[in-house]
Amino acid sequence: MRERLVVTGLGVVAPTGSTAEEHWAATLAGRSGLGPITRFDPASYPVRIAGEVKGFVATDHIPSRLTTQTDHWTHMGLVAAASALADAGVVPAELPEYEMAVVTASSSGGTEFGQREMTGLWSRGPDHVGAYQSIAWFYAATTGQVSIRHGMRGPCAALATEQAGGLDAVGQARRMLRSGTRLALVGGTDASLCPYGLVAQLSNRMLSTVPDPSCAYTPFDVAACGYVPGEGGAMFVVERADDLPASRGRGGAGPGDGSAAGPYGEIAGYAATFDPPPGRGRPPTLLRAVELALADAGVRPDEVDVVFADAMGTPEADRVEAEALRTLFGPRGVPVTAPKTMTGRMYAGGAALDMATALLCMRDGVIPPTVAVTEPDEAHGLDLVLGRPRELPIRTALVVARGNGGFNAALVLRKIDD
Amino acid sequence: MSRRVVITGMGLVTPGGIGTKAFWEQLTAGRTATRLIRAFDAGAFRSPIAAEADFDPILAGLTAQQVRRMDRAAQFAVASAREALADSGLESDGVEPGRVGVSLGSAVGCTVGLEEEYVVLSDGGRRWLVDHEYGVPHLYGYMVPSTLACEVAWECGAEGPVQLVSNGCTSGLDAVGYGAQLVAEGTVDVAVAGATDAPVSPITVACFDAIKATSPNVADPEHASRPFDRDRDGFVLGEGAAVLVLEELGAARARGAHIYAEIAGYAARSNAYHMTGLKPDGREMAEAIRVALDQARLAPADVDYINAHGSGTKQNDRHETAAFKRSLGARAYEIPVSSIKSMIGHSLGAIGAIEVAASALALEHQVVPPTANLHTPDPECDLDYVPLTARDHAMDAVLSVGSGFGGFQTAMVLTRPRGLAA
Repeated sequence: MRERLVVTGLGVVAPTGSTAEEHWAATLAGRSGLGPITRFDPASYPVRIAGEVKGFVATDHIPSRLTTQTDHWTHMGLVAAASALADAGVVPAELPEYEMAVVTASSSGGTEFGQREMTGLWSRGPDHVGAYQSIAWFYAATTGQVSIRHGMRGPCAALATEQAGGLDAVGQARRMLRSGTRLALVGGTDASLCPYGLVAQLSNRMLSTVPDPSCAYTPFDVAACGYVPGEGGAMFVVERADDLPASRGRGGAGPGDGSAAGPYGEIAGYAATFDPPPGRGRPPTLLRAVELALADAGVRPDEVDVVFADAMGTPEADRVEAEALRTLFGPRGVPVTAPKTMTGRMYAGGAALDMATALLCMRDGVIPPTVAVTEPDEAHGLDLVLGRPRELPIRTALVVARGNGGFNAALVLRKIDD
Repeated sequence: MSRRVVITGMGLVTPGGIGTKAFWEQLTAGRTATRLIRAFDAGAFRSPIAAEADFDPILAGLTAQQVRRMDRAAQFAVASAREALADSGLESDGVEPGRVGVSLGSAVGCTVGLEEEYVVLSDGGRRWLVDHEYGVPHLYGYMVPSTLACEVAWECGAEGPVQLVSNGCTSGLDAVGYGAQLVAEGTVDVAVAGATDAPVSPITVACFDAIKATSPNVADPEHASRPFDRDRDGFVLGEGAAVLVLEELGAARARGAHIYAEIAGYAARSNAYHMTGLKPDGREMAEAIRVALDQARLAPADVDYINAHGSGTKQNDRHETAAFKRSLGARAYEIPVSSIKSMIGHSLGAIGAIEVAASALALEHQVVPPTANLHTPDPECDLDYVPLTARDHAMDAVLSVGSGFGGFQTAMVLTRPRGLAA
């Protein structure tokens, strides 16, 4: 018999809000976080909009000693991690130190920090690279800093599978929770909205060059023409259901309701696959990832109440995803939504944020809308939740994520029975 | 019930020789591959020393397009994967692609490509608003280290789970550990697992200069990596890759595969102490060792050799020595302990996988590779570190450990196939 794993707390830092409830309110209201890039002057670039986390001041939440040692991406990870622990009511010092794991996903590490230090090196010489470059740039920085800050001494990991990372981190944490770990702090953030980060993203030729943020990122639309980049992410506390003390105020309490409402939901199924390279004559493997995740959860397609789509926003990628969903659920067979139209693609933070949104959707029984899409491509045959939220009891949610290069991941979340 | 996992193929790119055969000959000869950096003019740096791989991608069989597309770290990984697959004897159509996974480690990803492109786009560091018109199409692939795992997956036709593990300097050990878990839990039948890093670039050399972690011994670079020696003065940067083919024991036997070793135990812990500092007591690494042995159902008395992290910094060597004593008790004094970083440097995320390969070869050949350059032991490091010369030694179980920035502490136990019960 497998352990039941439940999400007891979550923390969000996103273009739609710097807390989970802010993000949820904006998402339900369809308030997009996309806008002009403000961290630098983007005038010389073909892409000048993004999903920036507005009003996020790292030193409001983290000691300045720590913010100077870390990149913007780690700041967001640290804040989301602390929020998730607080939401779960967990005091790490009260738990066995070796039974707490930290797993984060990062797709590109400390890009802005790295650009600054490379500028020092190449414009002024080796003596102008700071001591913190060695601990801020590399992909494990967030995991290491979160582990240190909260005294979590179990197995720790950092994974990179581009936008699939947020789900793959949960998959890895699940392995740990099945072998001696009792609590995992898991999720993902990314923040590569500095000049070098943006230019690197431009080179993948998937960014939308439409300048108007209200219609630049329109997945599944006949006008789909790429995506808008975003920053931020989400972190979660995942625990074995059997270990939860009844006395602890667990996460899941609704706004204004101070009572312990129980975990947000159960991690019911997960699977990952990888696409064959183009030209091999083999089909893409997204469908199989979803099938495997459903089988892992013991859930039939007709039991899935909502799908949080990957929604890459390029015609070919949208076609592949729509075909997989249509094959499994039938034409317009399940409500599909892409609230990332309000944040842009946040890479390792993107699927993590979708997971947070899906858990809040289950809690409140309301599916957040996809915005910006005005003319859905009928050929996709999707029941897109457009324009306004849809109220519906949600017991089972599917989150789909893909990473550049061929990564596919699927996660099944299930509401906890009362 | 968890399945047993064995190593049935390996491929390596390491300083001093390309391929498994050259690697093992170098280790057993006790020959060092550290030298003054040739990859770029490092004259202005505090530590212009590294162990570099004399690697020719075309000779390694990569196409001109692959060479153009791939960062050096990707080239290492693909060349190693190709050797490992050939070595395993697995037929390309013998396994369903969906049952093949990839778990590849890398601490710093495509640093060489990222920095070279940055220099061009920023016009030598002069433009903060870098010029996008000069960006190569592969630049995004350099920014996301997941590219390394993609390249290996394409090379071996994997359509199961594929991931890039970036746990700092334990990336390689952890990537092999995670790959073994994929096989053990039944998610895949074959895991291609290993790690790669190519960090010999100005920014990486400069960042270790800044914290004085690397050896500045320019007078004698060939002997600059001196783990456990009283006169050590920091680690020496290395580069390279190791890729292993992992399979379930029964399947490997059924097809008559050569089995190097069983991955009998794996555990990781974190010190939650400091991003670069280590407490001298070694307690978290000791805990990882204890759990890994427990998984392997072995007692301290069963451990015959320790392939140490042995980076050659004072704090590491003492931390690690304490961890061995804490976890193994008196046994720590009875068994050989050695560091191959003395010969091939510290290739960050790659080295953990390279050391797993070395441990498996040690079991296979019943030879312990030495710790080169160890002439005057640090009085606080009082174990048997196998100075200078390889040693014939009967071994059934080997412990390989790693320690990394971020507080990562990992232990893996390999056992000899002859001792495997059916």
